[in-house]
Amino acid sequence: MNTPLERREALQQDRQVRYERMVEIRALENKVQDLFDEGLVHGTTHLCLGQEAVAVGVAAAARVTDQVTCTYRGHGVALALGLTPVQLLGEILGREAGSIGGIGGSMHLCDPEIGLMPTFAIVGAGIPVAAGAALTAQVRGTDDAAIAVFGDGSTNIGAFHEALNLAAIWKLPVVFVCENNQYGEYSRIDLTTPVEDIACRAESYAIGGTIVDGQDPDAVAEAVSSALDHARSGGGPTLLELKTYRYAGHSRADTAPYRPDGEFESWYEKDPIVNFGRQLLDEGVLGENGIDEVQATVNARIDAAVELVLDSAPTPVDAMFAHVLAP
Amino acid sequence: MPRMRMNQAISAAIADEMRANPDVIVLGEDVAVAEGPFKTSAGLLEEFGPLRVRDTPISEMGFLGAAVGAAATGLRPVVEIMFVEFLGVALDQLSTEGAKFHYLSGGQVTVPLTVRASVGAGLGFGTQHSQTLESWVVGTPGLKLAVASGPATAYGLMRAAIRDDNPVVVLEPRRLYAQREEVTTGEAGIIALGQARQAASGDDATVVALGSTVGTATEAAADGSWSADVIDLQSLQPWDQDLVYASVARTGRLVTVEENPLSGGWGADVVAAVAADLFGELKAPPLRITAPDVPVPFGKELEERYMPSSAYVGEQITELLDTGRVPPPWWQREENTP
Ligand SMILES: Cc1ncc(C[n+]2csc(CCOP(=O)(O)OP(=O)(O)O)c2C)c(N)n1
Ligand SMILES: [Mg+2]
Repeated sequence: MNTPLERREALQQDRQVRYERMVEIRALENKVQDLFDEGLVHGTTHLCLGQEAVAVGVAAAARVTDQVTCTYRGHGVALALGLTPVQLLGEILGREAGSIGGIGGSMHLCDPEIGLMPTFAIVGAGIPVAAGAALTAQVRGTDDAAIAVFGDGSTNIGAFHEALNLAAIWKLPVVFVCENNQYGEYSRIDLTTPVEDIACRAESYAIGGTIVDGQDPDAVAEAVSSALDHARSGGGPTLLELKTYRYAGHSRADTAPYRPDGEFESWYEKDPIVNFGRQLLDEGVLGENGIDEVQATVNARIDAAVELVLDSAPTPVDAMFAHVLAP
Repeated sequence: MPRMRMNQAISAAIADEMRANPDVIVLGEDVAVAEGPFKTSAGLLEEFGPLRVRDTPISEMGFLGAAVGAAATGLRPVVEIMFVEFLGVALDQLSTEGAKFHYLSGGQVTVPLTVRASVGAGLGFGTQHSQTLESWVVGTPGLKLAVASGPATAYGLMRAAIRDDNPVVVLEPRRLYAQREEVTTGEAGIIALGQARQAASGDDATVVALGSTVGTATEAAADGSWSADVIDLQSLQPWDQDLVYASVARTGRLVTVEENPLSGGWGADVVAAVAADLFGELKAPPLRITAPDVPVPFGKELEERYMPSSAYVGEQITELLDTGRVPPPWWQREENTP
């Protein structure tokens, strides 16, 4: 099994690995849903099915020393940054093998080694925190940067606006990545947000705002890369709006009855994994049987991870007392 | 008497107040079309329409602040904060603005605002979605605080809160939403704020509980080798000293059962008041049964251990009665020392 750092480096260097990682994210999220349906997952889960290209594009562009904040819908971003399937499943299933020892569950992942800051279950909370990570880079004079990944619904909360303003006036090296999946919980964006494109909100903070095809991992990586270059060279923050779609409901039990007919189908036609797979076949990056081979590799990896995690020790009760305060 | 789940009782209470008073409006995330993430506003949009029942953006400071303004100018808003933690991003509007308006207008402005929030552990929602956080509310003069312990109290307290001319926070233990019981509806079902309720009777101790721990304490008392008055406090600000004092004066022993961490928990106020005012009547030191001073952990076993169980409440009270001393909490016992 590769380490998180190895997984990250491979993804940065190789587009085939990016494809494979998207397949892995999809397969793992589906596995999480299965485990949930089997009654093995305590609590709740928020799946990122359909949003795999965002996660992989961001991780491909970010350096391993850049800091990333993301949300409860963060399994994909975490895996793309390098978190292993065992670390993820272990956390969701409450095992010591989990990314933070099984004390956090589905919404709380973290791995500083790959720049994954503790993930946020409070909407908008990660946005100013990313600005703070960028402040560290600025004060210390490194050329690292920070990335905040958050949803469209989060742009209606004060933290978003305060963070953008602050980052703009201090020219902080941070990239604000909005995953616009069209919904916040059960409400379509047009019911809660007066503008169609989140990117236009950048204008009020005098920073760049760009709309990106969030279903294309190359487009995402390119947009994040150039925003990071801008940030590292002292140009300040950028707001990127990645248009994407959440295939599953908001959380475990939501069957998304509020979606208009045909909406899911029209997005599924633009499926990021199918499209990127096709593209890599055309380019010859994937061989003739490449798609099936990747799927088989990923399936075997996930089956092994599930088996390992289910056989591993549950988080012991006294783990709740560790790490409340730093020593 | 209809049998209702707690979420149905809450919907019914709000609907009854909306029928009685056109100034009552409902605001919150997904409360209208979806009828609330916990189905606590079922039927409201259909009956009262979109002018009075509104879905909001994810903007707690904005819509709670708007509710303060609307309340100060004549409406009676009922605001849903889906998980009490989300109050954190809106606390200024509640604690520093709304709670002070009456005072800072020389009594000329009132803020008849109800803020509802789900609280508590037990459903595996993890550290940022499982606290009870009465302590965020209780130390602010100008606010009232009530906590539901089941369908009937949810109904009665909600109606009283909406009628009250002050900002009232009503906390709803999340794991009780699906609990069912018979509920007295109508005027007779309204429960005055500041009034506690005796949930069980006995002689050996007075067990004061709140919200989710009322069921826990009642179960412990039913199973115990001892008998106790179990008092459901119902309101924490103000709390019913009369009922608690009358009971402690008779039993001579006070126990609080709290889902919150030990430090800063509501039981400390009750214990301090009783220790000061009924010192001579106590046969044993007051006992607080709480969760440990840790963030709420994920994991079924951990979360269940975190919250006081009825078996644990039973053991602690048995030991208090046997030894006349306060037993150490489970996390300080040798076999559990972290
Ligand atoms: C401050 C706060 N308010 C409300 C919630 C409940 N909540 C969790 S996710 C969510 C929707 C967020 O939508 P969006 O930002 O678009 O992200 P998505 O879930 O679509 O990824 C809401 C309302 C929360 N966690 N925090
Ligand atoms: Mg969204």
